[in-house]
Amino acid sequence: MLIRRPPDLPAREITEERLFWNRRRFVGAVGQGIGALAFAAVTPGIAACTTGETLAQGDDKLTPYEDVTGYNNFYEFGTGKGDPKENAGRLRTRPWTVAVEGEIARPATYALDDLLRPFPAVERIYRHRCVEGWSMVVPWMGFPLRDLVWRLEPTSKARFVECTTLHDPAQMPGQRSGILEWPYVEALRLDEALHPLTLMVTGVYGRPLPNQNGAPLRLVVPWKYGFKGGKSIVRIRFTERQPATTWNVTAPDEYGFYANVNPEVDHPRWSQARERRVGELFRRKTLPFNGYTEVASLYAGMDLRVHY
Amino acid sequence: MPRIAKPALVAAASAPFAWLVYSAFFGDLGTDPVETIAQVTGTSALVCLAATLAITPLRRLTGWNWLIRLRRTLGLFAFFYALLHALDFFVFDHALSVASILEDVVEHPWVLFGFTALLLLVPLAVTSTNGWVRRLGGKRWQRLHRLVYLIAPLAVAHYFLAVKRDVTWPTLFAIVFGILFAARVGFRLQARGPARRPLPSVSGEG
Repeated sequence: MLIRRPPDLPAREITEERLFWNRRRFVGAVGQGIGALAFAAVTPGIAACTTGETLAQGDDKLTPYEDVTGYNNFYEFGTGKGDPKENAGRLRTRPWTVAVEGEIARPATYALDDLLRPFPAVERIYRHRCVEGWSMVVPWMGFPLRDLVWRLEPTSKARFVECTTLHDPAQMPGQRSGILEWPYVEALRLDEALHPLTLMVTGVYGRPLPNQNGAPLRLVVPWKYGFKGGKSIVRIRFTERQPATTWNVTAPDEYGFYANVNPEVDHPRWSQARERRVGELFRRKTLPFNGYTEVASLYAGMDLRVHY
Repeated sequence: MPRIAKPALVAAASAPFAWLVYSAFFGDLGTDPVETIAQVTGTSALVCLAATLAITPLRRLTGWNWLIRLRRTLGLFAFFYALLHALDFFVFDHALSVASILEDVVEHPWVLFGFTALLLLVPLAVTSTNGWVRRLGGKRWQRLHRLVYLIAPLAVAHYFLAVKRDVTWPTLFAIVFGILFAARVGFRLQARGPARRPLPSVSGEG
């Protein structure tokens, strides 16, 4: 398996997977924080600087493996952040099939390994921003969705790509609750799906995806809020009309179709201007498009307050 | 009052705080320590608040009048946890920037409700002493402390608005407070029933 490291984020902080949570880290961080705050208290205008604005975008340390795989929103396994790790053991990721349907040349159902064979996995280190206001830096393993899209030969009617998650309450006990409508559905506009940053992910930290992270196949769209990345995908469908996506159906005034990370468009109930990077104590500024400003051209002329 | 009662209560009420301190230094506060602190302190504040409102109904049910002597301790613990909860927010979410905090209070109701609940707890905490009961007089003290009937719903509303989707815990607290409020209303109606002689009100009575 070839592993290339494209230059989107510096890989200088590749840490061992077994970076454990240093029990003194919180105390140490508080100590530094108190020092910074004492200074800030004396010089009021400086308060903003202690929250991370002075950190350059390049200072993105990898989030430890334990946190990436132990702090998850995957309501199919429960709504607590630790529930997916605890309950996802029941998920059988092989045999796994993916149905490819809709506006493409040859709809079919593929065994996962057949589907993935033409696409060697590469490592991509992405920032991951949850709509709740926390973020991580994750070394995903996957391949660009666009390679798959091209191979599937969408027809001229294909405007959207929809990904559907497994629906099986026996394996996913959280699906017995009506907290969301099941199965979980997410979708992208075709040009978003074709953007080189959009990743079909099969691994993390150089290993196969743990179940709680959406094994065996999930979507990652780094410039959007994390909920756009559907997990444990069983169906990929090309449609003419914009699909109804789960969080948008659940709370349309809170979660939109586009869900681009945007510090200027608040969630109705909380601010999106700042985020807590896991491992840091103070919030840092949220960046437009989560820092991936190269996607801005996809939305030229769109009012992103309306299309949130 | 059984001699063990107050120490046992203080120990039980301090346990969440002790766990937080221990975890911060020797254990693990989880992936998002700020959120862990917020959840533990917020839940503890609500539990202590509910407990203060449960004292009088429990007294009437059991006849254990000494329970009233535990109420001040519980109330002060509620305030203590609410304060820690707010500090967690002010320090780690806003880096103690007053402008940033006020902006959040003004723009987001969940912050406004929590902030108001905290502010309203302050006069209750300050006047919790015997000296203040004397200074205010029983009736005025009692009326002031009825603010708790505003504080509890504000705190529950704050919780409802803060969770993303799973409203299990806020709903649970809403039900608990609902039952406790209903019990209080029930007792008052009972006391005012036509069959009873009007009793002089006793200061400190719920």
